[in-house]
Amino acid sequence: MNELLWYFSRATGVVSMVLLTTTLVLGMTLSGRRSARPATSTVVAGLHRWLGLGMVAFLVGHVTTAVVETYVSIGPLSALVPFTAGYQPLWVGLGTIAFDILLAVAVTSALRHRISERAWRGVHLASYLLWPTALVHGFMLGTSDQPLLRLVTVACGVAGMLAVSWRIQATHHDREHRRSVTAQGWS
Amino acid sequence: MPAAREQATRVAVDRIACTGHGVCAALLPRQITLDEWGYPIVAAADDPAVDVEAAVRLCPARALRPSRTTPQ
Ligand code: HEM
Ligand code: SF4
Repeated sequence: MNELLWYFSRATGVVSMVLLTTTLVLGMTLSGRRSARPATSTVVAGLHRWLGLGMVAFLVGHVTTAVVETYVSIGPLSALVPFTAGYQPLWVGLGTIAFDILLAVAVTSALRHRISERAWRGVHLASYLLWPTALVHGFMLGTSDQPLLRLVTVACGVAGMLAVSWRIQATHHDREHRRSVTAQGWS
Repeated sequence: MPAAREQATRVAVDRIACTGHGVCAALLPRQITLDEWGYPIVAAADDPAVDVEAAVRLCPARALRPSRTTPQ
């Protein structure tokens, strides 16, 4: 039973990593560029939303099984409070921080229509902190006897970093438009 | 009144907030077309209320709201 939980925890962890990276990349394409076809933006926006929310389910599974299995000592407190685990407190703690940020991003997104745009955006941008935190957590705790799983984490890291460097230089069409309108001044 | 909201078959666009993603044009093709820069043009056509709801929820810039008045 314990062994089963351990496998389940690892599997959901890897799926979460892939979903997180996909969500992050989709979010960046949404903000960084306006697609030529409205249908594309719509699909990207929908996928970003639903994969982001779907990931929460996998992560809850990942965290719950890590706490419940007794092979390593991780208590229920460590699910939400970082650096309290008996096992690898630093690397588990990074996972806890990532989980906390994710909950904040998910909750503010669910309530988006009821909170201010600034509050939503402020929390949403913490995703850029969440992603490397989760990545390091996954890499450091990933079982090294499974090169394939390691490879998934590394691939996520490379894909995410490529996307971030693209996002840094991307100029959104609307931003350009606003800049040029402001430059014209009032007449 | 929630009832009024449920029945809205048109949207109004907040032009300051709109960032021209075009999601509205994809979801409400009868009512919204895009100008050459990708910003919405609202026509006086009704769409099903559920589609209006969905477009309001999915606009990435949160620039849509349900409306029951005809655009000028
Ligand atoms: C929970 C996991 C999520 C992560 C990790 C995430 C991550 C991101 C990232 C990195 C961006 C790009 C921000 C930028 O560079 O300006 C973004 C944009 C965006 N996200 Fe998310 N997101 C998540 C969930 C959601 C959900 C559930 C929604 C649904 C409301 C959502 C709606 C958006 C929108 C609309 C944008 C574009 C904002 C704009 O520039 O207009 N996200 N997201
Ligand atoms: S979906 Fe929203 S941001 Fe995109 S064009 Fe329509 S109103 Fe503007």
